[in-house]
Amino acid sequence: MSASSAFNDEKGGSSSVGEPEYGHDPASGGIFSSDYKRHDDLKEMLDSNKDSLKLEAMKRIVAMIARGKNASDLFPAVVKNVACKNIEVKKLVYVYLVRYAEEQQDLALLSISTFQRGLKDPNQLIRASALRVLSSIRVTIIVPIMMLAIKEAASDMSPYVRKTAAHAIPKLYSLDPEQKDQLIEVIEKLLADKTTLVAGSVVMAFEEVCPERIDLIHKNYRKLCNLLIDVEEWGQVVIINMLTRYARTQFLNPNINESLLEEGGSGDKTFYGSDEDEDEDEEEKEKKAEVAAMAKRKPYVMDPDHRLLLRNTKPLLQSRNAAVVMAVAQLYFHLAPKAEVGVIAKALVRLLRSHSEVQYVVLQNVATMSIKRRGMFEPYLKSFYIRSTDPTQIKVLKLEVLTNLANETNISTILREFQTYIKSMDKDFVAATIQAIGRCATNISEVRDTCLNGLVQLLSNRDELVVAESVVVIKKLLQMQPEKHSDIIKHMAKLTDNIQVPMARASILWLIGEYCEHVPKIAPDVLRKMAKSFTNEEDIVKLQIINLAAKLYLTNSKQTKLLTQYVLNLAKYDQNYDIRDRARFIRQLIVPTEKSGALSKYAKKLFLALKPAPVLESPFKDRDHFQLGSLSHLLNAKAGGYQELPDWPEAAPDPSVRNVEVPEWTKCSSREKRKEKKVEKPFYTDSEGESGPTESADSESDSATGSESSSGSEESGSGSESEESKEASESEEEEEEEEEEEKKKKKKDLKKPVQERVFLQTIAPSSTLKSYELLHRITGEGLSVEYCFSRQPFSPDANMVAVQMQFTNNASSDTKNLHIEDVKLQSGMRVKEFPEIELLPAGETATAVMGIDFCDSTQAANFQLCTHTRKFFVSIQPPVGELMRPVFLTENEFKKEQGH
Amino acid sequence: MNQSQGFFKDIQISCLVVGWLLSNTASIILSFRVWGGQSMTDSAPSWFFYSAEMIHSLFLINHLGDIFLEKHWKSVISRSVCDYFFEAREKAVDPENVPPVLQTPHHYLISIYRGKLFFLSVIQTEVPPLFVIEFLHRVADTFQDYFGECSESVITDNLVIVYELLEEMLDNGFPLATESNVLKEMIRPPNILRSVVNTLTGGSNVGETLPQGQLSNIPWRRAGVKYANNEAYFDVTEEIDAIVDKSGTTVSAEIQGVIEACVKLSGMPDLTMSFMNPRLLDDVSFHPCVRFRRWESERVLSFIPPDGNFTLMTYHISSQNLVAIPVYVKQSINFFEAGSCGRLDITIGPKQTMGKTVEDLKVTIHMPKAVLNANLTATQGNYTYDCTTKMLVWDIGKLNPQKLPNLRGSLSMQTGVPNPEENPSLNIDLKIQQLAISGLKVSRLDMYGEKYKPFKGVKYVTKAGKFQVRT
Repeated sequence: MSASSAFNDEKGGSSSVGEPEYGHDPASGGIFSSDYKRHDDLKEMLDSNKDSLKLEAMKRIVAMIARGKNASDLFPAVVKNVACKNIEVKKLVYVYLVRYAEEQQDLALLSISTFQRGLKDPNQLIRASALRVLSSIRVTIIVPIMMLAIKEAASDMSPYVRKTAAHAIPKLYSLDPEQKDQLIEVIEKLLADKTTLVAGSVVMAFEEVCPERIDLIHKNYRKLCNLLIDVEEWGQVVIINMLTRYARTQFLNPNINESLLEEGGSGDKTFYGSDEDEDEDEEEKEKKAEVAAMAKRKPYVMDPDHRLLLRNTKPLLQSRNAAVVMAVAQLYFHLAPKAEVGVIAKALVRLLRSHSEVQYVVLQNVATMSIKRRGMFEPYLKSFYIRSTDPTQIKVLKLEVLTNLANETNISTILREFQTYIKSMDKDFVAATIQAIGRCATNISEVRDTCLNGLVQLLSNRDELVVAESVVVIKKLLQMQPEKHSDIIKHMAKLTDNIQVPMARASILWLIGEYCEHVPKIAPDVLRKMAKSFTNEEDIVKLQIINLAAKLYLTNSKQTKLLTQYVLNLAKYDQNYDIRDRARFIRQLIVPTEKSGALSKYAKKLFLALKPAPVLESPFKDRDHFQLGSLSHLLNAKAGGYQELPDWPEAAPDPSVRNVEVPEWTKCSSREKRKEKKVEKPFYTDSEGESGPTESADSESDSATGSESSSGSEESGSGSESEESKEASESEEEEEEEEEEEKKKKKKDLKKPVQERVFLQTIAPSSTLKSYELLHRITGEGLSVEYCFSRQPFSPDANMVAVQMQFTNNASSDTKNLHIEDVKLQSGMRVKEFPEIELLPAGETATAVMGIDFCDSTQAANFQLCTHTRKFFVSIQPPVGELMRPVFLTENEFKKEQGH
Repeated sequence: MNQSQGFFKDIQISCLVVGWLLSNTASIILSFRVWGGQSMTDSAPSWFFYSAEMIHSLFLINHLGDIFLEKHWKSVISRSVCDYFFEAREKAVDPENVPPVLQTPHHYLISIYRGKLFFLSVIQTEVPPLFVIEFLHRVADTFQDYFGECSESVITDNLVIVYELLEEMLDNGFPLATESNVLKEMIRPPNILRSVVNTLTGGSNVGETLPQGQLSNIPWRRAGVKYANNEAYFDVTEEIDAIVDKSGTTVSAEIQGVIEACVKLSGMPDLTMSFMNPRLLDDVSFHPCVRFRRWESERVLSFIPPDGNFTLMTYHISSQNLVAIPVYVKQSINFFEAGSCGRLDITIGPKQTMGKTVEDLKVTIHMPKAVLNANLTATQGNYTYDCTTKMLVWDIGKLNPQKLPNLRGSLSMQTGVPNPEENPSLNIDLKIQQLAISGLKVSRLDMYGEKYKPFKGVKYVTKAGKFQVRT
């Protein structure tokens, strides 16, 4: 250690460890003077002109913070360096500032102006990091500044800055909840954002600030569903959880009809185990009848938006992130029709191979699911088999799942497994196994006797815990139907000679006492033996001997009167006062004397009252009223901030709220379009349905714009489509997307020849087009250019990719002679320029198509875009998925290709 | 809202004053000031307002129970919160049995155990537990990736980098940048050469340029990658998880497969990997770079790879399929009542090895407590018996089908203690090179988007995962 400390000193302690550092620490040091010196030293370094010294000092300070030591008195020296040029020093100063600003508010204010300057930086990353630090400084005075910064950042051009703004919202909210209303406005604005980068963060902000404002989601619902797969994994979790809640408020229960079927058929047996109470069944039936009646009134048709959610989340079951898989699993569990829930089982079972903490959480959730939907996990029974190397808490949970999965058909295999478990070295686990056997026995009447016999055999086990646990479980089992099992009670009576475990002896004595009528001959004999050994017994056994004596005295006083007296006398002089007390109490109660009050008349009722059989049920029963996968579910208690999962609504709220308004002028054209489409519908839906999975193989994300369907056309649609069958309703939203795309394209295609548009319909790309910015209006001095890969054949040259460009003139003056010049390309690449645009009046928009042959590479095509006044250097780099070639296929060929 | 907040503050202050009046009048002013300062900063106490954040604080704790690093993403939480954890740690016999989620009066503690360290996070409100667990593991993975291992010494040696990493990975408790490629652009991993250069020139570990990766659609790959030698290697590793019965029948057997990649390709390569028998893979999970739709429709892996090492996909072949078990074990372990001794006899032979040799064969047995020592002879390899942990390890090495390895002899038992009823189970380790036991084979790897010709290679290996033979 000393060597390393020397090394540390040389290096200025930047990477120092543990003890040698203690001297540097102001809080722990005993001698004040030396401490001050140490800090003077640091201050000096911070004040120096050399960045390397500053860095060294900051490193030492951060190391102090990391070890939880107080470095607050350095604040003035550190905060001076907030404007330091060296980026690493700067970063470390930020770390320090965020940690201590709260304690030194006045001084922290000195740094604010630096960040305000940073917010205006042309570099988006600097803007973002300035906002990040600014919003992390928990100083109430700067709330207005933060608010302003967030508002500004929320409309920043860079999605990264907007993401940071979304992150800052909950920070400000926790600092000052007063700002809620204003923050909601910002959230609303950011929710409308169409980039994947922002989506996760803003939903997180939504969840923390205003989870109750579900109405904000309506307009963004479809977009969020479509973006989901491309959002980063942490954002996916948050969005999925939020959408689960949303769907519960907006859609109908997809299982209404199934519960109807279930009620009629006998098939519901598997779902409602025999352990369920009669009353409960009744109640449930009533409820079901009610629901069914409702269902009869109106056959259930899944809302296309509901289907959209289920379809778009399903691929995420393949995520490498366990949290995402779990989120999708709970979504399916809570929202999907029963027949479709099964898909999640496989993914959850896969997670069982992960870290033990992941296993722990997943198994808890599987345990809850397996009660409601046993069939789902039955095929994976073997995946829950236990290894001797599993940690105990995992073993117990697996046992729980196995027990839940047990039914008539698999019980023999499960019991065989249990047999091996009982031999385990892990005694807690053995005890849990015995309890599991007990539960299997109560739930499955066929094996009750087998289980009982097995448990009786365990009574001769040497391990105290095993025997005690078996006795306890046997006791519970016998309590359910004692009359049938007098022979087991007899057998247990015999065991009293051998079993030494006090708990077990006590349990046996209780059993004999409780059911003494079933073993009238043996019971007094047992009491006789016990009376003989009374003085040598453990206390709990002694108490049960007294109990047994009292019960026998009440039922069979002729044979046992003297024995009871004897036992009570022994107990009277016992060393333990509990036992003395008990003896006195019982004597007064059962032996009638003049002094004994009215109670003794009821002695028999008191002692031999029918005790309710203990209920052996899963601790996971009914836990699914908590949203699965949540902390509350895991703890089985409501955690702070838990959002209740609402019940399904009885009638679906208006689905049209999710439609998104479109500017007036596109409306009529879209209606025309719709009519055209109607004619070729069968082909259309077909092709769409089949090409569905292949769509957007490249992570094409920006389909957001696609949700621009006008509410007007929607209404007319639902009217004309009412005669369509249910299947059609499934593909409806696909069409809808489709329509929307077309509308959008139409906007752009206004100047295109009609012929091409017809062609477009047949090969309409299955996901919406993403447009990229070629020239921003600020750099373009009012001229902005966007381009997209229209995915149509470029007629002049089949090898070229069609790039559709949209020019918008935002300037106040006209732009003339738009054309391309000075094309710089990699070898082999070719460009077909678009025809020169003579005039683009102010405020107008024009579209042109150019062709580029990228030679199947992702190299950029660089060229100059020229107007009559200026030249702009621009480049187009294709995403790989956009490099397409038109191929003519007959229908048969197409089908053949599809088969591959 | 503001009013009620102020009101509350007043009440608290007055309570405090009363409290102090009772105990010590002299320090009223002092205490008042302290409280005033706190209440200003902590203007929204989390138990009063609904203020959610995902991960509040992180504590790193070594196996001795020392907290050696703390990081707070919001206001500071006292380390005393860890006491609840220590209590639970005491209760659990071994560290693996500490419940990952604990509830304390004001907080929830979610912890993971990695490399003899506890990563303990403090949560205040509802959050999916897996979200936190997965993130903590990602933190541990990042440390592993940066420093080569994830241990206390390495973390304390690189405290500043660790702190910078934690700062970037989480913003206000919500994960920000967890992709190792993005992080590496921002904070350079330490290496000896650079640390020497840095000390001489005063250079830094923080990237001068801010990462662009986060801004792009493919955050996992940085732009402008250049290599002199372009190469892409893939390791297909399969682990057999099996439980074999006393009688030699397979109770359950599964395969966990993983394809690890080491891709060093310049530019923006777009790779496509196809398999001879993709049907085997019905339960898979992918790195985010893999285009899922393409897999669904064509059963090929199409992706723009991250730079360097990454896990391309994992797959699971469940017990419903027929899984080949490469070795069989003949064993008998008996404990005799008389003479307080036991006998052990184990033979291992090849079963379904597809003509390959089984290497690195090892048998581990956790003996019952009563076994004091083992006196055995092995026909091949060495055995050791650790009396304190009761672990018998037999290191066999290569399995020779002509001469099967055998281990037999006597076990000396503690006298006066009843015979153990349980029979210990055997854990098998093994390795088979150039074989994926499921039969999975990569048929081709194509690269698009770049002009050069890369070196490509695929390696297969089969290992025993949780391979257990019951006795």
